[in-house]
Amino acid sequence: MDTTFSQAAWLIPLFPFLAFLLLLAFGRGQQKLGVLLGCVSSLAGLVLSVLVLIEHMVDGTKYYQYAFKWLDLNGLVLNAGYEVTNLTALMLVVVTTVSFLVNLYSAGYMKGDERISVFYSYVALFSFSMLGLVLADNMLTLYIFWELVGVCSFLLVGFWFSKPEARAAAKKAFIVTRIGDAGLLLGILLLYWYMPDHALDFVHIGNVFEGQTGIIAASVTTWIAILIFVGAVGKSGQFPLHVWLPDAMEGPTPISALIHAATMVAAGVYLVARTFDIFQASQAAMDVVAYIGGFTALFAATIGVAQNDIKRILAYSTVSQLGYMMMALGLGSMTGGIFHLFTHAFFKALLFLGAGSVIHAVHTQNIQEMGGLSGKMKITTWTFGIGTLALSGIPPFSGFWSKDMILNTALHEKPVLFAVGVAAAFFTAFYMSRLFFLVFMGKPRGEQHAHAHESPSSMTIPLIILAALSVIAGFIQTPWNETLGTWLTDGAEKEHGGAGIVMVISAAVGLLGLYLGWLVFVKGTIARDAVSSKVPWLLRLLERKYYMDELYEALLVRPLRGLGHLLNAIDDYIVDGLVRLVGGTAVLFGRGGTRVQNGQIQTYGVVTLLGLVVLIVALVGRRFW
Amino acid sequence: MLSSYLTMAAILFCIGLYGALVKRNAVIILLSIELMLNAVNLNLVAFSKYGVVPSLTGQMFTLFSIAVAAAEAAVGIAVLIALFRARGTVNVDEYDEMRR
Repeated sequence: MDTTFSQAAWLIPLFPFLAFLLLLAFGRGQQKLGVLLGCVSSLAGLVLSVLVLIEHMVDGTKYYQYAFKWLDLNGLVLNAGYEVTNLTALMLVVVTTVSFLVNLYSAGYMKGDERISVFYSYVALFSFSMLGLVLADNMLTLYIFWELVGVCSFLLVGFWFSKPEARAAAKKAFIVTRIGDAGLLLGILLLYWYMPDHALDFVHIGNVFEGQTGIIAASVTTWIAILIFVGAVGKSGQFPLHVWLPDAMEGPTPISALIHAATMVAAGVYLVARTFDIFQASQAAMDVVAYIGGFTALFAATIGVAQNDIKRILAYSTVSQLGYMMMALGLGSMTGGIFHLFTHAFFKALLFLGAGSVIHAVHTQNIQEMGGLSGKMKITTWTFGIGTLALSGIPPFSGFWSKDMILNTALHEKPVLFAVGVAAAFFTAFYMSRLFFLVFMGKPRGEQHAHAHESPSSMTIPLIILAALSVIAGFIQTPWNETLGTWLTDGAEKEHGGAGIVMVISAAVGLLGLYLGWLVFVKGTIARDAVSSKVPWLLRLLERKYYMDELYEALLVRPLRGLGHLLNAIDDYIVDGLVRLVGGTAVLFGRGGTRVQNGQIQTYGVVTLLGLVVLIVALVGRRFW
Repeated sequence: MLSSYLTMAAILFCIGLYGALVKRNAVIILLSIELMLNAVNLNLVAFSKYGVVPSLTGQMFTLFSIAVAAAEAAVGIAVLIALFRARGTVNVDEYDEMRR
């Protein structure tokens, strides 16, 4: 059991942190330094992560943990540390890979932005936080990094803060995920309260909930699991806290790829997977996770059909795919969830970076104004096409295998969710074909297309690498080859057999969605307004995202704002009023004092006399009290 | 009996005090001070007759204070005249040199 590289895993987050510190100190006004440091640090992290992963793959399960006593407050001991499990090793590679490619891509995409070194320092800080989150060995350390990634997301969504929409989106992202974080914090506190010895590390949690069931009451377990899941709902954009993710697309596109598709939003899935023992100890919590995930998958996929902003479509797609992952976890298939997280990270990052390449070329995000880009941007078109096929679940691309595994699990566990998943898969294929055909096929519909050209190589190389990964990543786990599942869960989780029928169905549904899109948007056999002309309200409903934002506005934002105004008024008039009264009284006395000190003996005499009278009244008055 | 003297003296003192505090003319102020002094003298005389230990000491004190008051009035008038020569007024509210 050689754990050389696992022991050095703590270095992985430190590389980007070092880059962040250096950029903070010397980055001001530098254009090249950020690119250099960002790429080098993330590459170093990637190399080390790959070494750790190889070490974990070579001879089965390896485990390394290191923790030190962080705080000892009169018997209340808090530990901090890191651990490397198979799951961690896999996540490390996913995060560093996407992070490195996004760093590389940003060199081209953000070129010329005067705050590029600030951008790179934020990205470095984010990488540090995300890797720290992945490596954390207990809930408390995880929570610290959990909040840190939230801060980085806030900073990066609002990176172009001169735009009011970006500011609003940053605030929305921060506040909505904060609601989830509050749930997570409560979950951690509850866990701390009930755990023997107040241990918060994952090893003890696993032991208590898996091996020694009954130590913690069933209802408490359910509550802990659901509260932790609330945190995951916030970060991973699950219904009903999904509203921030599409708005977060105001941030730079590489950020959408890195944070809002591949890493941070997957942290919720990762969290549930990390604390999977708690969830498995409570069937009710598992059902909640499964149904919320399934509902989100279908819900967001239908919204994606009616959106026109290229990045928003992808954002709803992310919400939908995260729903799939949650559904898989809720159905008891950790492998399915993590597998889909793994493949999704590559093809969704690919799609976002491809979208960034398109936006870079035509300077619009409205797909109705694009079209006919395939001739001018060959690499982007091909790679985007691969991403589309992978997301739509067309064999043999990676998305097919992971989605197939989830659907297969659903068919065996809860057939209702299987139906939901298949419907969502159909919508996914349809909106992706709509997106692809409107952007790359047909005739140009905007003026900017004359100047459209392929993006620089710093942007296309990441696209090609991600496209390659999107093709091959699915083969680590197929119905014939359960490498990932065996490796990840130590052989404890057996896949359901009889996947053949599911494979046929999911591939057929995906192809059907693509074919329908082709009929509508390329061939024109079916008129584009075939549905909207018959049931216009349905399209309105989808375009307005089921009026979720309006609902929040009416139900929560307005009452809260009213309460805020009320509290502000109390502060202004009552609290500040008292303060002003005290100050005003002192000023008044002072004014009276200066008026009295006029240098005339008579006035002094009057004051003396009045003082005497007050004294006498007081002395006499005391008798009667 | 004593109380009626004391009341009388108190009324006299208050009138004097009132004059000393509100009048602007310095001469009237000096007059008012004399009134206050006389109120005190009246008290002294009353106590020498109706006090707990009646004696002549009170009357002696009265004479003493009248003599001092006379001297004081002389000095006061002299100061006032000097002030009037210097400032051209006897209104006390214009004597505010100390303030600056």
